[in-house]
Amino acid sequence: MKFYEYKAHEIFRKYGIPVPRGILATRPEEIVDPPLPCVVKAQVLIGGRGKAGGIKFAKTLEEAREAARRILGMTIGPYKVRQVYAQEMLDIARELYFSITIDRSARAPLLIASAAGGMEIESVPEGSIFRIHVPPLVGLQPYILRALSKALALPKEVASQVSDIARKAFALFEGEDAELVEINPLAVLKDGRVVAGDAKLIVDDNAEYRHPEYADLPQDRTPLEEEAHDKGITFIQLDGDIGVIANGAGLTMATLDVLNLKGGRGGAFLDLGGTDDPEKVKQAFEILLKAKPSVILLNIFGGITKADTVALGVKQALEAMRVNVPVVARIKGVNEDRAREILKGIGYPADTMEEAAELAVKVQAGGR
Amino acid sequence: MAVLLDEKTKLIVQGITGHQGQFHTEKMLEYGTKVVAGVTPGKGGEQVHGVSVYDSCFEAVDATGASASILFVPAPYAKDAAIEAIEAGVELLVMITERIPFHDCLDIVPYARAKGCRVIGPNCPGIVSAGKAKAGIMPNHIFRPGDVGVISRSGTLTYEIVNAITNAGFGETTCIGIGGDPVIGTSMPEALELLAKDKQTKRIVVVGEIGGTTEEETAKRARRIRKPIYAYVAGRTAPPGKRMGHAGAIISKGMGTAESKIKAFEAAGVPVAAFPTEIAALLRGN
Repeated sequence: MKFYEYKAHEIFRKYGIPVPRGILATRPEEIVDPPLPCVVKAQVLIGGRGKAGGIKFAKTLEEAREAARRILGMTIGPYKVRQVYAQEMLDIARELYFSITIDRSARAPLLIASAAGGMEIESVPEGSIFRIHVPPLVGLQPYILRALSKALALPKEVASQVSDIARKAFALFEGEDAELVEINPLAVLKDGRVVAGDAKLIVDDNAEYRHPEYADLPQDRTPLEEEAHDKGITFIQLDGDIGVIANGAGLTMATLDVLNLKGGRGGAFLDLGGTDDPEKVKQAFEILLKAKPSVILLNIFGGITKADTVALGVKQALEAMRVNVPVVARIKGVNEDRAREILKGIGYPADTMEEAAELAVKVQAGGR
Repeated sequence: MAVLLDEKTKLIVQGITGHQGQFHTEKMLEYGTKVVAGVTPGKGGEQVHGVSVYDSCFEAVDATGASASILFVPAPYAKDAAIEAIEAGVELLVMITERIPFHDCLDIVPYARAKGCRVIGPNCPGIVSAGKAKAGIMPNHIFRPGDVGVISRSGTLTYEIVNAITNAGFGETTCIGIGGDPVIGTSMPEALELLAKDKQTKRIVVVGEIGGTTEEETAKRARRIRKPIYAYVAGRTAPPGKRMGHAGAIISKGMGTAESKIKAFEAAGVPVAAFPTEIAALLRGN
């Protein structure tokens, strides 16, 4: 789960991490008594807002409203801007970098910090990046904070504030099931305060059930992807026109790869996962049909998923939606004979994944 | 010989009375696995395919002396079930459950390690020691005893590749589905070490996918292993920034691309198949 900037700030605030003051507005008139001077920012889920003109500075209330007027309704990437955040301008003396993420190889949270903040961490030279694992089970210990302050050569009064923020950020990382907590810049102000100049938060999708308060927040998804998500189906829209439906992430990716290798292009990617409920298969297939693929390539290798269940769902969806999209079907695994029987007369049968991909490309070209 | 699991391993099934638990218990029994007990809290005393159900792992282990457990418990209850199994003293814990929050695995995996329990998964198809036993959900009929060890991050793609290996006239020793999540019990390089030490395993097939750096680490390890190793990497055409189903499968900030993984394998002398069934052709060429 991704978060709009204002929402991330709200969550950081809840954990006691100092963030700039700000006002959220969906119309310019909603900006009353903004912290001045302020910076008015488009609330979208992708980067590059500044370049797109989605960030403007304002010294007065009128300027802030004018900035909001110009930003609201603007299109940034695939998104229309519906909200702006008018945020206090910080009087920054120094910019640091701080984040907590997960190191898969070490199976431990990884704390990253740098005295060179404000820019993308990827462009900071390796030598000026401090990395330390947080031991799982026991969590953030004081030695980590001592090492952090030393590595960044922080003066005492800054070090104590940074340590406090680090502790709270780790509590947030654990408490909110975060994949990433990033503060960039972690700003040291001219008056000596340390503030999270910007806050980025990504929460583990698998932990959604523990955070129902986030369930309705807008996500980086197309309307069809959103519909699929609400039904618990993994569906991703791509730019080709052959709809791919498979079970399991690895097999779905491999099917797309083979399709590409054979000269076809995947238009949508639907991972049935380990379902064996024909109704769910039907729902999934209906979503794929809404993406209007010219051909559907079905590649199933059943383990948890029973092949005949999938076949039944496919048949029901095609009947219910009364559509005539050619289906190239390759079904293997548990009960594959029954599956073949069910799909007789509906699709083009194929025996292997390569054969199925080739056939899909041929059918799409009209060669059948 | 096989690794992790054989015909003598006594296995308990956690979540045995559920839909998946029942179905796969039957298939594991058919494969010859010693499924000695099941666990579902509140269902103690029942039977599933002739297997006695207990209320807790402690009771199941006490009654049967089981040393391994396979877990089908839904994600919200999986951490509780895993820790219970570890506390009950199992040495091998296979976690099939998908969509477990990784913060739970940050507790389960290090805890298991501290207690001397090996975890496989989560979000994995389990383990098969061909012709001996299965603690997993892979289709039984695709396996044949042989000398190829298989390691995979994927589920169904593993079946595809094992099927290709078997159809080409080869067979398998142990197939380890390590799982597709960011935090897993046994990593790809660790699984590689296990199979490298197994005398019966003469060559190893590694099935990777985009996301993370485990394939690159595996490639590094492969340089020091004398057995021939072959690889396949899924996700060559995956767009960056899109999570491809598996929580682990995402290309972000240029990290974890298929190109980088393929390059690492090739540089380590590990041939990489262009498509899944080409693995069989690579095996034949050796």
